[in-house]
Amino acid sequence: MKNITHNNIRVRNVVGAILLACFYFLPIVTSAQNVDLFKQQDEQDKKDAKETTDIVTSTFKTTRIVNSQSIENTGAGILDVKISHRFGLVNTGSYNFYGLDQATMRLGLDYGISNRLEVGIGRSTYNKEFDAFYKFRILRQSTGRAAMPISLSLSSDAVWRTIKDQPTVYAINSSDHFNFTNQLIIARKFGDYFSIQFVPTMVHYNIVPTKATPNDLYSVGTGFRIRLSKRVNFTGEYYYQVTKFQGTYDAMSLGFDIETGGHVFQFFFTNSTGINESSFITQTNSQWSNGGIHLGFNISRVFTVVKHNQ
Amino acid sequence: MNKLIFSLLLTGVSFTLHAQKIYSTKTGQIRFNASTALENVAATNNQVDSKMVDKTGQIVFSALIKSFRFDNQLMEDHFNENYLESSKIPKAEFKGFITNAATINFSKDGKYPINIDGSLSLHGVSQKVTASGLMTISGGKPTITGSFKIKIKEYGITGLYIGEKIASEVEITINCAYD
Repeated sequence: MKNITHNNIRVRNVVGAILLACFYFLPIVTSAQNVDLFKQQDEQDKKDAKETTDIVTSTFKTTRIVNSQSIENTGAGILDVKISHRFGLVNTGSYNFYGLDQATMRLGLDYGISNRLEVGIGRSTYNKEFDAFYKFRILRQSTGRAAMPISLSLSSDAVWRTIKDQPTVYAINSSDHFNFTNQLIIARKFGDYFSIQFVPTMVHYNIVPTKATPNDLYSVGTGFRIRLSKRVNFTGEYYYQVTKFQGTYDAMSLGFDIETGGHVFQFFFTNSTGINESSFITQTNSQWSNGGIHLGFNISRVFTVVKHNQ
Repeated sequence: MNKLIFSLLLTGVSFTLHAQKIYSTKTGQIRFNASTALENVAATNNQVDSKMVDKTGQIVFSALIKSFRFDNQLMEDHFNENYLESSKIPKAEFKGFITNAATINFSKDGKYPINIDGSLSLHGVSQKVTASGLMTISGGKPTITGSFKIKIKEYGITGLYIGEKIASEVEITINCAYD
């Protein structure tokens, strides 16, 4: 009995010594190995690819598709001066030089308060309207650890019509000159070559032409971008009106975005005369089917007001 | 008693072999300047990952292209989208050696001129690069500063404005403080 215990202790001692030796050898083995940073870097890259979140940029090339707001915002501290120009209707014939004799326009200033919040003001020829809007990015499409399939923005636009009122039998209040547009912009970029967005829209008019016409008009906008080359994109938009004013048509535009260094030049055909949200969505009174379209272009020039360089 | 002596002996051996040291930073700075008389094209990245080994002089830099900050947001978008195509190739990397690492005493404060040899992987293209710089050791912590020039076209980066508004040769400046 005594012998057995003694033997056991001996065995334990030997095992203990071996284990101890192993522990002491372990650091020697690891430290004697040459550190290879190149290998470490490659492993890190693989890990990073899984762990980092990559926010998708340039879903659209600029903050408007043609008339409509796109999902894009003006960068923080950037002032964007926009000149939007529409010639007359193509179907007015050779006497009007196919619309080129006439023009309506909107002058606008957009500013990025942060990378998520953009505000802007504008003045349009059509109905002599002033407008002011904000656009706030709620969700940003991303891949990687925090993957987000879509981008989402909220935008509201207020319009003040200043054209002289037609004579009416009822009194017109100053509040009657205002209308408001609220939009939710849902967008997704599919690779470098294709982006699409859907824009559920509500336009509220403080005054409408007839009692039967609702004050709130609902519509759904769509917009797309197809990349033709590094600098040229084919774009289009269409607003389907669920409820609408009598004698108006759905707005549709097709055109090209051309990137020229620091700015984007857009030229296109559209059946809308008005350029701010409520006028192009709900007051488009000409149609594509009989050539009631305008040739138009948007030019924008950006100025850095606040540098965001760290 | 024998065991104790054995252990102490081994401890001593393991300490003497534990000599290689890795210095690293995650907040290194890389600036590049491709400005011309027509346009100011420059950006800074303050989140550069870098590691180096004192004995071998092995050194790596890794920078996310999207972390380069321009004054002009639109320029930054174009840089990512059209020139560096960062959604496809998110990182730029440098792998190389400080060729005169043997002449640096990492435990002694001072300034040591260094030469770095290696390959820069940018826009998916790897090219040999040599740079000279300065290593400053202060309180046992090294800082590397240096600069070198690359030709944009050698990295398969194309664009209408390279050679016009954007310089065809770009100066890259490094400033990394290691722990």
